[in-house]
Amino acid sequence: MALFQIAEPGEAPAPHQHRLAVGIDLGTTNSLVATVRNGSATVLPDERGRNLLPSIVHYAADGQITIGHRAQAKQTEDPRNTIVSVKRFMGRGVKDLPDSATTPYRFVDAPGMLKLKTVVGEKSPVEVSADILRALKQRAEASLGGELIGAVITVPAYFDDAQRQATKDAAMLAGLNVLRLLNEPTAAAVAYGLENAAEGTYVVYDLGGGTFDVSILKLTRGVFEVLATSGDSALGGDDFDQRIFCWIVEKAGLSLLGDHDTRLLLTRAREAKEALSEHDSTRITAKLQSGTVVDLELNVETFETISKNLVQKTINPLRKAMRDAKLGVDDIKGVVMVGGATRMPHVRRAVAEFFGREPLTNLDPDKVVALGAAMQANALAGNKSDDEWLLLDVIPLSLGLETMGGLAEKVIPRNSTIPTARAQDFTTYKDGQTAMAIHVMQGERELVADCRSLARFELRGIPPMAAGAARIRVTFQVDADGLLAVSAREQSIGVEASITVKPSYGLADNEIARMLQDSLANAGADMQARSLAEARVEASSLIAATVAALAVDASLLSEAEHKDVQAAIALLNETVMGEDAVMIRTRTEALNHATGKFAELRMDNAVKRGLTGQKLSELG
Amino acid sequence: MAFDFSQDHFSLLGLPHTFVLDDAALEAAYRGLQSQYHPDRAASLPDADKRQALQAATRVNEAFQILKSPLSRGRYLLKLAGVDTQEETNTAMPVAFLMQQMEWRESVVEARANQDMAVLDQLAQDLRGERLGLEASLGRCLDEQHDYIGAALIVRKLRFLEKLDQAIGDAIEVLLD
Repeated sequence: MALFQIAEPGEAPAPHQHRLAVGIDLGTTNSLVATVRNGSATVLPDERGRNLLPSIVHYAADGQITIGHRAQAKQTEDPRNTIVSVKRFMGRGVKDLPDSATTPYRFVDAPGMLKLKTVVGEKSPVEVSADILRALKQRAEASLGGELIGAVITVPAYFDDAQRQATKDAAMLAGLNVLRLLNEPTAAAVAYGLENAAEGTYVVYDLGGGTFDVSILKLTRGVFEVLATSGDSALGGDDFDQRIFCWIVEKAGLSLLGDHDTRLLLTRAREAKEALSEHDSTRITAKLQSGTVVDLELNVETFETISKNLVQKTINPLRKAMRDAKLGVDDIKGVVMVGGATRMPHVRRAVAEFFGREPLTNLDPDKVVALGAAMQANALAGNKSDDEWLLLDVIPLSLGLETMGGLAEKVIPRNSTIPTARAQDFTTYKDGQTAMAIHVMQGERELVADCRSLARFELRGIPPMAAGAARIRVTFQVDADGLLAVSAREQSIGVEASITVKPSYGLADNEIARMLQDSLANAGADMQARSLAEARVEASSLIAATVAALAVDASLLSEAEHKDVQAAIALLNETVMGEDAVMIRTRTEALNHATGKFAELRMDNAVKRGLTGQKLSELG
Repeated sequence: MAFDFSQDHFSLLGLPHTFVLDDAALEAAYRGLQSQYHPDRAASLPDADKRQALQAATRVNEAFQILKSPLSRGRYLLKLAGVDTQEETNTAMPVAFLMQQMEWRESVVEARANQDMAVLDQLAQDLRGERLGLEASLGRCLDEQHDYIGAALIVRKLRFLEKLDQAIGDAIEVLLD
């Protein structure tokens, strides 16, 4: 129970400190960080005024880590140790990569998620992403002049559980408090919807560097309700580069390219793609290591022909989402285009053709996700805002269990609004069976082999019974981040056993702990100092508030109650300048507890006095 | 933010215990509850409050999900009345109904094999007409005649149609992939 501060009419309430929170768009190609300042969302640029941070990390032999533009410069010179588009590897194994042969990296296949062999050892995509997030955190803290209380990190709506969990772990590794994982199209809808006071049903078409999402949202008086989402978490602008790269290789009659040349030509391909959004044709020139000079002319028609089926690949998810939402194109009020790849004219044309109308392209497709995330971060951090809104999102893929014969049984269907939970009962099939294997998966296909395996665990300690007598209830809980927790419980008379697993991509808990230790090795002392400082601030403000409240309303308490509160204040006062953060917190909690009833009485009293409509800001 | 987990779904959403339902009122009540209990409202509160919000919002979503679909709403009303719909055990069905089910199933299999999207769309349409008719009878059984045995039979029929609709949806999805 927290102590409430009650402001008298005409008296200003205690100034509510603005809590620093950011929205981070952790993109395949570029990442951004944004915040709400003076009521409006804004992207935080680097010291040279650049908004985008290229999602590129370079690892040097001497241990130096370079991120962003400076890492970009290293990609042709040291391709193997310069990690680009790491988002494509999050929560993925080597077998999941369609084009692992054309990347310059040396992959190590680890259970669940691959690793990259670099000059400083094996790096998990989680660690690489954490390095990018750390750079954004530093940028934000330098620019805002303080510690962040938390961040909203965006993920593709079509990310599965393993990819989401990996993203959250990366944020944790970077020392960020994750307020929420937010789906990218939903973030874009927030920025667009609030800006334009939009009402009705909208489609967000989000084609990024490496991922494609489509979400259909209903906007009703500040409620953003996702009706359906679909996509392809391995389709994006990178694939268009790849097509041009293949075209160059074929046209120039090249073979057996080294890492350096591959990277160089991929870069040229990307530049050509970007140029073709503005011009009818573009020249591609490159000097390869062998001395061979590539000099080609690529026109729009050719580019559109070689990438036509990539555009087509985005239309089927659109159809699926429309079907799931039970909507026709006439029900759609507007189509919002998000992601740098939606600058390509043939992408816009295909979307316009599907919906029979021009899509909305009046917002910056690079920034809109970060801006929406910043707005949500500001709201979640508890900063007051004039308009309140609510996001109701869904899970993109069905969650299920393996049943007999390698079949997947769906427990929570895709497009269920989160948070959600579902329980399913199972029984034993052999007399005296005391253990049961549970295999959790995600996906739409009927066969287990075609779905993504999220976790396997064993429920032990089932009391021996006749076959079919035990009742094992497996519960799936999906939280507001879209992350799944599974628990199982045997619930025959009097005997219960339960286990909870957090599905992961095979990174064992101790491995995460190791990474955390690595990254915190130097930060340990700082963390303790910060924790102590925070505890002191919290304690002092609670004492001040309680003393102030007693000065006004002590008469509400009996003598004994008054004494209890005074005693708790005295105890906390004794500790507050000491070095023991845990003790400070314990005694703060004790004071909070002792003032619980007092706070209620004061509220009742306030209500009685007709002070309705006063802001009760919570302390502590 | 106290939340009463013992309420049934109708009471939670402040709606009468009837099959015929005002969709707009259901949606408005749902949004109102989520605005109050959604975990985003508790993001800067202590962990205990976050857990409570998670559970409350999960329950609100469950209630909305069950009441929104006519089949699950009917099944739920019967459950509240203490009537088992026997969907897994009772397979007694009028012969004419079963014959039609078989015909439809065959059409789906055939259309799937022929990759005929138009036929699948038409089947989905026909099925929708049939379903609306059954839902209207279910409403009369539950709200007017209080004939729970008759209602349970209609629920079992609707369950057949739901499975068929899933089969059509799966077939369409295969064609889209």
